[in-house]
Amino acid sequence: MKFTWFHLMPYRYLPEDFKQKYRSVWVDIPRDLYDPRVGHRLYNDYLDQLEFADQMGFDGLGVNEHHQNAYGLMPSPNIMAAAMTRRTRNANLVVLGNSIALYNPPVRVAEEFAMLDVLSGGRLVAGFPVGTSMDTNFCYGEVPATLREKYFEAHDLIIRAWKEKERFSFNGKFTKLRYVNLWPKPLQQPHPPVWIPGGGSVETWDFVAEHDYQYSFLSYFGYMAGKKVADGYWNVMAKKGKELNPYSLGFAQVVAVSETDEQAERDYAPHMDYFYNRCLHVYPGFADAPGYRTPSTIKAGLLGQVGKQASLIREGLTWKDFLNEGYVIAGSPATVRDRLRDALKSLNCGHLMILQQIGSMPPDLTRKSTELFAREVMPHLRDLWTGFEDKWSPKRLPASEMAKPAPLPSDAAKTNGKARTSSAEAEIRSSVK
Amino acid sequence: MKTHQKLCDGKFSVEMEVTGSGEPLLFLHGAGGLTGADPFLEDLGRSFKVYAPHLPGYGESTGGEHIDDVIDAALFYHELMDELKIPSAYIVGHSMGGMLAAEVAALDTRRAKKLVLVGAAGLWLDHDPIPDLFSTDLEELPAMLFHDPKSPLAQMMLALPWDNQELLTAMYVERTRRFAMGSKFLWPIPDRGLKKRAYRIAAPTLLLWGESDKVIPVSYAREYQKYIRNSRVQTIKQAGHMVMYEQPAEFEKAVTGFIKG
Repeated sequence: MKFTWFHLMPYRYLPEDFKQKYRSVWVDIPRDLYDPRVGHRLYNDYLDQLEFADQMGFDGLGVNEHHQNAYGLMPSPNIMAAAMTRRTRNANLVVLGNSIALYNPPVRVAEEFAMLDVLSGGRLVAGFPVGTSMDTNFCYGEVPATLREKYFEAHDLIIRAWKEKERFSFNGKFTKLRYVNLWPKPLQQPHPPVWIPGGGSVETWDFVAEHDYQYSFLSYFGYMAGKKVADGYWNVMAKKGKELNPYSLGFAQVVAVSETDEQAERDYAPHMDYFYNRCLHVYPGFADAPGYRTPSTIKAGLLGQVGKQASLIREGLTWKDFLNEGYVIAGSPATVRDRLRDALKSLNCGHLMILQQIGSMPPDLTRKSTELFAREVMPHLRDLWTGFEDKWSPKRLPASEMAKPAPLPSDAAKTNGKARTSSAEAEIRSSVK
Repeated sequence: MKTHQKLCDGKFSVEMEVTGSGEPLLFLHGAGGLTGADPFLEDLGRSFKVYAPHLPGYGESTGGEHIDDVIDAALFYHELMDELKIPSAYIVGHSMGGMLAAEVAALDTRRAKKLVLVGAAGLWLDHDPIPDLFSTDLEELPAMLFHDPKSPLAQMMLALPWDNQELLTAMYVERTRRFAMGSKFLWPIPDRGLKKRAYRIAAPTLLLWGESDKVIPVSYAREYQKYIRNSRVQTIKQAGHMVMYEQPAEFEKAVTGFIKG
């Protein structure tokens, strides 16, 4: 069983009356609610938390892309991943991911992911979401009817750009390039593992199966609601004769751990309320641009997690409801262990994207919940899926080849350390042909 | 009468409402498509032979995947006219259909004998932006589309069968399919460079607008006038964007008067 500590990077200070006063947390949220001086603090707190999770032994650190969104402050998750490369050592960098239809030309994504892979010593997971309708259609103006076609073309271009031995020309419908010639190329060969984050679109499963990618269902509504999607995914995999390998399914779950079940409620209830009742306040008109979903997905009845129906279902939910509905798994380490084990088994999930900073949760509580999970929950779940091979995690450089940041001169003076020694420099020179 | 037509060796199949007799008149519908109850077509049929094709992606017409942009759409209409043996016609286009009618007339100046653009899309004014209908709540739509949103007509046209899940889903799928096609010309801003080509439009042109059009305000009629040399503006009182449904008699009088006049 593998665990990725996932951050959405929310704005923690939306006003009390946000829901009454404004129609959406996403797309057309008023700009004056964002204070960049607060933003400076938040970004740095959040990077501290990710780095802490690395120290605590999580397998991956997760970031994702959203635009014009107060609960996801990462228009470019690649910038956060880059910031993490220097102060984390162990965890993989799970970028879930870049909405590849939005970048022109999409080789930009191939380049940036290659940079991240090289910089991190081969620790990158490359995520290719289609992206939500809010992000792609409303914020980035993509025509809904052609978004998926553009996405598939961008995917083909990026994979070719990574794999081909020589430069090539690409004559696509959306992108035309005379010279595709990636410098640098990724460290992992032929390319970093590809994970496809999805929200339950039927077509995505076919695509995942066809390419042997990993599918990550990123929902905020927990394992009970997610069961339907997981079952749909496994049905498609079974029909296509694929191995039902739990590591080919990622799943996001909000988890909060405290000393006791009662203490968990005292600690985390207000922050869950902030997340579910304030952060997920999305104007229904932005949820599903016409043509964003295909008719088969609409007919499959897999409703999106935002939109009117979803927000009606959530209206006025309390801590008890969050637990009963499975949106949140919270409580003492023992409670969380039991519920999470059941959840992971029922989903057949080998990669958990665990959301531990959520909504308005402050750094001290985030740290506490993370530490308790790492020490008292995670070790007890490691035994899950031992019979399966995880074919979807990065293959990094051996420890001996991993570069380490040199101590800064100001620190070096204190610690008596040295900048890169001349012998290390000589070693690199001799290894270059 | 409903007809079905194959085009381009079966690439397109076109469902079309055909009614009346007289000189040919081509009607191009808006982004919502024809409703199935479009009495203004019969009204025009008293003076003309009216052809009202469903654009591929609408109704039973297929082949939408072969149309990516306004040029593809205009050429599709050229092809249809050739197939119907009406190399030229009076062309009336509403909203998105007005945008496409203008493209049809600009790309081949012989196609339109006269052109009527009704509440037409195709231009953009920063100081008077067209609202985002794609994200507008269903409850708010009548107020956007009609002069009198409380009228039985407005209420009926946008009523949904909330108690019938199956029918509701079917309608949602159909609406999605239509708007998905329309989004190719209209998303995110309904300007695909028509103003660069509109100088080519040679046909006498009527810019016919509902006086209280809140979707594409009358300011756009005046803007169109700057680009189409032989054009004039006429407005109809007590009518919004759905002018031909709200004021059918005035609409017919204006169109017929302009074409016959």
